[in-house]
Amino acid sequence: MTSTPPADLKYTAEHEWLRAGDPATVGITHVAADALGDVVYLELPAEGASVVAGAVVGEIESTKSVSELYSPVTGTVVAVNQAAVDDPAIVNADPYGDGWLFTVQVEATGALLDADAYAALA
Amino acid sequence: MTDATTDPRPTPLRAAHEALGATLVPFAGWLMPLRYTSDLAEHTAVRTAAGLFDLSHMGEIGVRGPGAAGFLDLALVGNLSALRVTGARYTMICAADGGVIDDLIVYRLAEDDYMVVANAANHDVVLAELAARATGLEVTITDDSPATALVAVQGPRALEIVEALPGLVVDPELGVTPATLKYYAFLPVTVDGTPGLLARTGYTGEDGFEFFVPGPVSSALWAALLATGEPFGLVPAGLAARDSLRLEAGMPLYGHELDRTTTPYDAGLGRVVKLDKIGADGAPIPFVGREPLAARAQQPGTRTLVGLEGLGRRAARDGYAVLADGAPVGAVTSGMPSPTLGHPIAMAYVPPELSEPGTQLAVDVRGRAEPVRVVALPFYRRAR
Repeated sequence: MTSTPPADLKYTAEHEWLRAGDPATVGITHVAADALGDVVYLELPAEGASVVAGAVVGEIESTKSVSELYSPVTGTVVAVNQAAVDDPAIVNADPYGDGWLFTVQVEATGALLDADAYAALA
Repeated sequence: MTDATTDPRPTPLRAAHEALGATLVPFAGWLMPLRYTSDLAEHTAVRTAAGLFDLSHMGEIGVRGPGAAGFLDLALVGNLSALRVTGARYTMICAADGGVIDDLIVYRLAEDDYMVVANAANHDVVLAELAARATGLEVTITDDSPATALVAVQGPRALEIVEALPGLVVDPELGVTPATLKYYAFLPVTVDGTPGLLARTGYTGEDGFEFFVPGPVSSALWAALLATGEPFGLVPAGLAARDSLRLEAGMPLYGHELDRTTTPYDAGLGRVVKLDKIGADGAPIPFVGREPLAARAQQPGTRTLVGLEGLGRRAARDGYAVLADGAPVGAVTSGMPSPTLGHPIAMAYVPPELSEPGTQLAVDVRGRAEPVRVVALPFYRRAR
């Protein structure tokens, strides 16, 4: 399991990460995945949905607890990771890779942290 | 009471947990393993093979003396004078108003010697209550918890693991072996020459054993059980798995299903209240809480504990409102997605008229009503 946040990503204080791109990719950090324990259910925004930076767009549920998923950016959802919905264990196993959650066409970015600032917070 | 400003106490097995890479968290004043690798893998191992638990946070309280049996009949709701030596019983200590102070397992070690096992969070209050209730009786209450470690092996392979454990000696004179030991009974044993107790008790809904041993020998016992159990599929299991296992098994957890505002009857556990236990004088024993509990036994009560099966994916959690026709009628006490069953389960208090299995209700899950159905407890029952 990764123990440091990758330097090429941006982060929210609520433990989401954003990988810049066209579209950009969103996931949750290893800190969130470890705190939740095994993820058993993901509720993600629908393709084509509008999301707003800082607003709740989904839920991540483990046996032990549940946490809300906040969008790091404002924009339109392009794709959701159906493989992760079908087998949420991917999120724990590879939170920055195969465990990505959704991609988004970015219109505006919220206040995001770089890896060092996030690591200091986490 | 645990002072929030003091560091949580480690169990004698802290180094073993750290060596296994456990996530250690404060729990009821103790530093306890939450998980070692994966909540789900640990849960599944207990259902299919075996899990190894450190339960040294539990509170062992000694009750000894010629008046011990009579004292427990007065102090607790159960009939502990009728408990046979080598037997264990699930019971409760209630307040004068009938509210539950704690749920307990009582082991009768000898005619005049009992061990009361309390929840870690309630250890201090149970110890103080027992001491207060013992005034003037021929009984000595001792806090044996600091000297006692508790290690549990739970799961369908538990017996094979205990039988294969090197260093475990059972006196053949007893005529009982781990294999013939009954559920809710125990055996005096030695582990590498040190006396301890081997009990067939647990909190997982599986067959299993619990070892009560002196703290200093627990590390060697833990290591031996891990090594012996590994070929059987045993893994160390943390508090997260313990909670999901007990909920599937429909077992109450103090602070969730039970508290000072709850009577045993509310929780569906009225059977532990022995209103008809008779003293040496032939009269009903006036145990603490008897009058309000006797009155409650005659009435339906205002709420009752039920099992709820979620029909969607989103799980009800502790404190969420139970809804009937959109209006709040009760509250969830525990809930989660069940690892074994694959759908959400919960326990909740609802009015008796809504407690029949099959009743369709809903739970307010963070602002959205999720449909649920009342089901009989437990959610999970092992094949025997």
